[in-house]
Amino acid sequence: MAVLVESPQRTAAEPRAVRRPDRPFWRRNLVLTIVLYVVLALGSLAFVYPFLWMVATSLRSLAGVGSAGASIWPREFLWANYSRAVTSFPFWRYALNSVLTTLIPIVGTVFSCSLAGFAFARLKVRFSGIVFAVVLATMLLPGEVTMVPQFMLFNNLGMIDTLYPLILPAFFGSPFYIFLFRQFFARMPAELADAAVVDGCGWFRMFLLVYFPLARPAVVAVSILLFMGYWNNFLGPAIYINSDQWKTLPLALAGFQSVNGTDTPLLMATSVLITLPCLVIFFFAQKQITNGITFTGGR
Amino acid sequence: MNPTIGWIRSLAESWGVPAALVPLVPFLILLVVLYAVIGLAAYGAKRKWPRADKTIAFWLFISPWLIGFAVFTVGPMVSSIYVSLTSWDLITPPRFVGFANYSEAFSDPRVGQALKVTLLYAVISVPLQTALAFLVALLMNVDLPGIRLFRTIWYLPSLVSGVAQMVLFLWVFNPQYGLANDVLAKVGVQGPGWFNDASWALPTVILMSLWTVGGAMVIYLAGLKDVPSNLYEAAALDGAGVTRLFWHITLPQLSPIILFNALTGIIGALQIFTQGFIATGGPKDSLLFFVYYLYDNAFQNFRMGYASALAWILFVIILALTAVTARGSSFAVYYESDQGGRRRPRVRKG
Repeated sequence: MAVLVESPQRTAAEPRAVRRPDRPFWRRNLVLTIVLYVVLALGSLAFVYPFLWMVATSLRSLAGVGSAGASIWPREFLWANYSRAVTSFPFWRYALNSVLTTLIPIVGTVFSCSLAGFAFARLKVRFSGIVFAVVLATMLLPGEVTMVPQFMLFNNLGMIDTLYPLILPAFFGSPFYIFLFRQFFARMPAELADAAVVDGCGWFRMFLLVYFPLARPAVVAVSILLFMGYWNNFLGPAIYINSDQWKTLPLALAGFQSVNGTDTPLLMATSVLITLPCLVIFFFAQKQITNGITFTGGR
Repeated sequence: MNPTIGWIRSLAESWGVPAALVPLVPFLILLVVLYAVIGLAAYGAKRKWPRADKTIAFWLFISPWLIGFAVFTVGPMVSSIYVSLTSWDLITPPRFVGFANYSEAFSDPRVGQALKVTLLYAVISVPLQTALAFLVALLMNVDLPGIRLFRTIWYLPSLVSGVAQMVLFLWVFNPQYGLANDVLAKVGVQGPGWFNDASWALPTVILMSLWTVGGAMVIYLAGLKDVPSNLYEAAALDGAGVTRLFWHITLPQLSPIILFNALTGIIGALQIFTQGFIATGGPKDSLLFFVYYLYDNAFQNFRMGYASALAWILFVIILALTAVTARGSSFAVYYESDQGGRRRPRVRKG
């Protein structure tokens, strides 16, 4: 994202002879290329094999699992495992809870963190630097220190065994994402703000109408990161949720594992189903994941 | 539950608010009152100091975080200090016991075991993960046909996380029917008991953590693409080879990202929980991760005071390890601002 200021000798006067010929890497170094492809292929196998094995196992019968071993050759397609997975326990109820505790917190975090990030980037006032340092410092604070008293807080509010403890804190910002939004807004041209101020725009309207729409790449990238985090959150539900009707999918899968630990195909089918939304999002937003992360870097 | 909150709730119930929304009502009322006060204060301040609109806007913009910081961080931290000095089971009122929880923690053999397991995990898995992720990112940065497909494949496992990952790997490493031992048997090796064997359980979790190295790889990859290409060109003009380019440009340029990843990695590793929970501590407490033991004390045995003391011990350890890492690496990390552009051509962020 850095814009290079061309140094003088690099413009017209640059000697052409020293420029590397733009031949592709594999033509310059064939032996190394072959070695790299072998490494890439072996690594791919190691990385993707357990994944494929999970899918293959989810389609087997219990007896088939015992005899298949490491094979991922799909000798049987027991789609019934999937229908069993969604009917043998209240899957859709858990899925709804998971969706609620994922999507609402995403909205809340994006709202609160973009506001704060904008303030830290563009509203430089007295103490704003110190406050930002405090925000960064809280990144080091492990959630476990506040886990027990937060439990008591929600207990006082009468919110134990509801979804609210998993949803509400998101509306009050999270240091890492405030940092990300600050980095993003700080890189936007300051002239934008000047123009809006001349137009007599208030700060909030300026944020809402000028900056926030321009922050779309950041919002998308943050939402994706948040989705993966909230969708797979386990500690939170494990603390706050007791009754069956409020369980999220990961919590339900954990309970399922301890009760039906031997029904491997069913466990794998459920795991595949839980992973599926993340996969879908990844395939739609592949580019954002790799591009958007750029501003997470330390610089 | 707080009596006032209970009263508001019963009121809300009599108004016919749906049962699922009743717990939200007292919270919303609190929030509305709070923001009414804040709004009035801001309005008053604006009338008194018309030129301070930027300052007022700043504090309004960060007010959600500020409230959250007070309510969910500072408040709980202060009360956590007090709770750690009491004996409390949530039902009977807390009883002040002084430092008894801390002295119990220092003589509790399971705390020692939990610390050992957690620190071993952090000290081994974080450097391994960091090095592997960086190497993989270097490999993925080579301009080869089809490299994008490989990037996707290597990233894919990081999407299987948390409970699903642990459930999958309990079966991958199942001694009888698992994937790992069947592969080992095919090459004539008798596989170990993995999660079922007290001395193998922790190495298995570490091995498993390497499977999701793709997440960090993506960050390094973005960092590699951010290195200004004129640095390489200039160095190549001066006759630097690939090795020197790596040691003198790539590594220093990426060092802040490496440090950032290592720090967040350490903090994350010390907070590992899910794996211990699913394996219920592992055979002979071999996967008794610290946070799992803390959770067990707080929410299974309802020993809130003891759990709070454990939380503070964890906090001190995390702080110490982070400080050691940040300090120890300060000589090796290159920040642009330190050098004032002496080592780097003029670059403007825009």
